[in-house]
Parts: sequence; C-alpha cells; structure tokens
Amino acid sequence: MRAWHFSETAYPYLPPADTYPSIRVSLPSRIYDPMKGAALYDRYIDEWLIAEDEGVEIMLNEHHQTATCVDPAAPLMLAALARLSKKARLLILGNPVANRRQPVRVAEEMAMIDVLSHGRLEAGFVRGVPYEILPANSNPVRMNERHWEALDLIVKTWTHHDGPFSHEGRFFHHRSINIWPRCYQQPHPPVWVSTTSPGGAAEVGARGFVQATFLTGFDATRKVFDGYRRGWQEAGRGRDVPIDRLAYAALIYVSDSEERAKLGAEKLLWYVTANKVPPHFANPPGYIPVAANVQLLRGAEHPLSAFGKRASVESAIKAGIMFAGTPDQVIKQIAKHYDHVGGYGQLLIMGQAGFLEHDDSVHGIRMFAREVYPRLKQLYPDATISGFPAAAAAG
Amino acid sequence: MKTTTIRIAGLDLELFETGQGPALLFLHGGQGFNSAQPFVAPLAGQRRLLVPSHPGFGKSSLPDWLDSVDDIAHLYLELLDRLDLAAVDVVGCSIGGWIAAEMATKAPERIRRLVMVGPVGVKVGSPDKLDIPDIFAMSQDDAAAVLFHDPARMKPDIAQMSDDELTATVRGRETLALLTWEPWMHNPKLKHRLHRVAMPALFVRGESDGLVSAPYMQAYARLLPKSRTATIAAAGHAPQLEQPQAFASTVLAFLEE
Repeated sequence: MRAWHFSETAYPYLPPADTYPSIRVSLPSRIYDPMKGAALYDRYIDEWLIAEDEGVEIMLNEHHQTATCVDPAAPLMLAALARLSKKARLLILGNPVANRRQPVRVAEEMAMIDVLSHGRLEAGFVRGVPYEILPANSNPVRMNERHWEALDLIVKTWTHHDGPFSHEGRFFHHRSINIWPRCYQQPHPPVWVSTTSPGGAAEVGARGFVQATFLTGFDATRKVFDGYRRGWQEAGRGRDVPIDRLAYAALIYVSDSEERAKLGAEKLLWYVTANKVPPHFANPPGYIPVAANVQLLRGAEHPLSAFGKRASVESAIKAGIMFAGTPDQVIKQIAKHYDHVGGYGQLLIMGQAGFLEHDDSVHGIRMFAREVYPRLKQLYPDATISGFPAAAAAG
Repeated sequence: MKTTTIRIAGLDLELFETGQGPALLFLHGGQGFNSAQPFVAPLAGQRRLLVPSHPGFGKSSLPDWLDSVDDIAHLYLELLDRLDLAAVDVVGCSIGGWIAAEMATKAPERIRRLVMVGPVGVKVGSPDKLDIPDIFAMSQDDAAAVLFHDPARMKPDIAQMSDDELTATVRGRETLALLTWEPWMHNPKLKHRLHRVAMPALFVRGESDGLVSAPYMQAYARLLPKSRTATIAAAGHAPQLEQPQAFASTVLAFLEE
C-alpha cells in the first residue's frame, strides 16, 4: 500500500456562501488577496514536504477559476516541488488533456518534470470535472474521444526517439513531433487515469495504466474497479490485477484523540459542503450521457450532491468517502472498504481542506504516517492481487 | 403527412413532409422540431412543407465526423438534389437560419427566397462582448426568460413528456453545444461570404427576443444585398411557436410577393 498526501491548495477566505451563486467559474477574483494567497502557497508546499519527510508521497491536481483549488497550472507547482522535494514520488492527477489544445505540449511539460525530479514523476490524466469546461472554453461533447486521442498521442510522443513523426488524428494535428527532453524513466513515467464509470475504467485497465477514483464510496468504487479488472483481463494482461494498479481517494483524518479526529474530520467536509455550483456549471450539455440526463430530468439526484446537503462525519464514514478517527478506527474503516471493493494499492489522502489549519493538517499527516501507514503496508503488501478470488473460483 | 428517413453521406436523416403547393424547406432552431408544433398547419395550408431534423436532433443520426453547421449545409444541398428541388424557398430559425445562410453562400441559385427567423451565425459586435448571450452559462429559468416572450406558457411539461421526447430534447441540446460552442454561435468567415446571397431575404425577429437583439439582426441583414426586416409582437426567439399565425402570415406574404 502506498499513500499520497493530496492538497487542493484551497483559498478558504470567502464571504458567506449566500452572497455568491457559485464558488467556481464565476466567483470574482477581487475576493482573492494575493498576499494571503502567497502565504497559503508557502504553507501548502510546507505540508507536502512534511508528508515527504514522513514517508508519504506527494500528489496534486489542477482546477480553474475556483477558490476550491488555486492551482490552475499544476505542472508549475509540480516543477517547484520537483526541486524542493528529494525523494517522494510526484503524482499529478492530473492533466486535463481533453481541455488542453496541444497534447504534445503536455508531453513536454511532463518529460521536463520527470528529468527535473530525476525520475520521480507519476503522470496522471483526468477528463476534468464539468466546471472546467467554461474556463477552458472546451466543447463538452466528445471529451472522452479527445481525452483518449490525446493520451495515446502523449505516450507515443514520450516513447518515440528517432526523430520527428506526425499525427493527423480526429482532434489533434502535428506535423513534426520530436520532443526534448525525453523522459527520465523508461519507457515513460507511470500513467494514471481517473474515471468514475466502469466502461471508462475498462479502457484504463486494457492499457494497464493506474486507475484512480475519488469519493465514490463502497458500491460505485467496486463497479469502477470491477470494470478495470475486466478491461485488464480482456486485454490479455492475465487474470491477476496487481493492487498497485488501483487507487482510491478519500477524506482522511487521523488523531490519537477521538475528539480531535472528529474536529479535523468536520473541517475536511469543506471539500464537499463548500462546493456550491449551480446546475448549468455542474452539468453542461454532453458531459454525461443522454440517458443519465433523462434520469436527472425525471428527478434523480447525483449521489455526491445529495450527500453534500446533509453531510456529516458519521454519514461520510458510513458512505465510505471518509476514513477518520483514531488509528485503530481508521484501519478498520479502510479494511472494510478495501474488502468491499476488491482491494487497491494506492490511497490518495485528501487530508487538507478549507479551514483545517497548518498545525492540525500536519498532526493528521503525522498520525497517519506513523500510526496507520506502517500497518497498512503490512496488511496489504504491493504483491497482493486485486479482486475476489473466492467468487471467481465459485463462478 | 409522412416521416421518412433519407440516407445521405452515411447518416440517416429524418424528414417530415406535409401539405401541398410549392416546396418550402423549413430548418428548425436549437430546440428541435416535432410535427405538433403550431406553425406546421398554417404553413402546410399553402405549401409543401419539408422539415428535416438536423443531424443529432429528432431521430437523425450524428456521425462522428460531423461537428459544424457548415457540415449540415453541405448535407442539405445534397438533400435538395435528392428531392429534385432546383430552387426552393427556405425558412431557417435560429441555427436553422445559420444553416440556410451557409447553404446560400455555397449555392445561391438553389434558394428562391430566404426567410431568416432570429438567425445566429455571424459576429458583428465588438470582441469584448458576446453577440449572442451564453444560454449554456445560465440557469434554465434565465435561459427561458431570454428565449421567450411568455416563459411560463412555453415551459415544457416534463412530467407529460415520454422518454423518447425527453431523450430527443437532451440529445438536441447536446448537439447544439457541439455545433455552436466555439466560436460561440458563429462562423467568422460567414459574413465575408454573404455578399453573394442576392435572392430576396426577409429577416424576422420576435419583439421580445433576448438572444438575437434588434441591432444584431439589422447588422446581419445588411450583409445581404436584397434584405429587409420584420418584427413580430408578443414573441421571443421562437415566434413560430409563440405567435404561429402572425409568423405564418408574415412568411407566406413575403414568399408570395
């Protein structure tokens, strides 16, 4: 089991939520104080480096036009971390390639960071949440097709070393691709993809990339991981899926005191509760399938938005989107989730949010790293196979 | 009254046809077409009304190569060939007007008289302001207020709609986004081609249209050598739905001049 400290570098100093219609896309930047923002960057970088000192890996992501994640150019932050950190793996999850105009440029950025970090990059790719569409002026229709064309082209760009090649695809055109530098890791850095649908996960599995899913709880995570395992097996990669191919992101807070754990966990809920976004930003046409939109028109509700309205630490733990408490409690919660979904080898820790201050964030990181992480590594060594062998044998 | 499917360039195009008289090609707007819409009867009383559902709307398929209004204009020129229509009257609403304008720039001789109803498709204003408000960046209620003179009356009753109708609505909205997203609601080249569109043209606008402003439509009309404008009272972006009688009489009077 490998654990990652993930911070969205949020800017929490906002006016009351009832004074603005959306925390994303349209929130005026006059609210952002660059002095406070600079101090926050310093602090969040410190927390990543403390996580590294504790043996935890580093993860970051990218969002645009939002107070929830002031990291609109994640490769820049990653470049800084590549020089400030010394040993941690560096996961960007990820590059929103369906919203980037030039996949080859993304390949260059990643290759450069891989060299800068002496081969510590883990290159993740995401389709991007729906609110990224307007900031990127990106067409929400056919994103999936753009995503895969871009990602396949990036891998080819990394692994082609014999002078220029060309690409004339459905969405991207390049006459002369021949990037410098080439990647430090051979043939290229590990590739991660986040998806929330079983069909998408099957495509990730077919390629053998690492599959990540965020806050999908018990049953939805199992469906995604089942999709991955199916795609992996059907592509002829063998029956056994190593657990390090699967990643789960949860809100995690650990403390030796149950009371302090609860206080920290409550602050982490900001991730869910502060995400005030109106439907026209949250669901642009074409982002989700037609049939799913018909269900929404018939009154269905997205599970996470339903949860956001009545979020509590207890319900979040029950739903499997949060692991919080004393070390014993957290290990028990993770084990329950792990067993339900068939196992995973990467735990992405959403361990800082909103008003969880520096000291409390560091306390949570250290308690996890010292009291939980070693036991998880022991329970779930990297050689473990993901899936349900008993069920497979019976079926 | 019949609905047929015509195969063109690898896609299945749904074509609705009704009425007697000289052919009239009706190109629907972004909200799609169904045969119960109230302008059908008054137009079909005088004309052979031909209404294709654009690719990705109604039951028409959407091939993966198709992503622009220009693509549809090419398809519809072939549709005229298939229907053996040498020179036809065309009415285009909203993006249907945009499709008609693209067709007219390519083959002006194929269109006898042209009616543009709340048309989009050109950029005439300054770079720092959208000519056409971004209906995808506003709530459904705000969008309805932009689109309709009487939004309460025009609000769809979702509970009464079948799954097929809802599917067509959602799919049409998705296709509209695909076609219009960038550049937003226009083809930068179109205004430099409209000088060739020399058939008589009538630009019609609902008086309360919040999407296509009066100055926008006037500037658009001025790009065509032989155009004039008309306004329909108590109607928004879809006068054919809100004031079907006034709409039909305005259109038919122009076509019969």
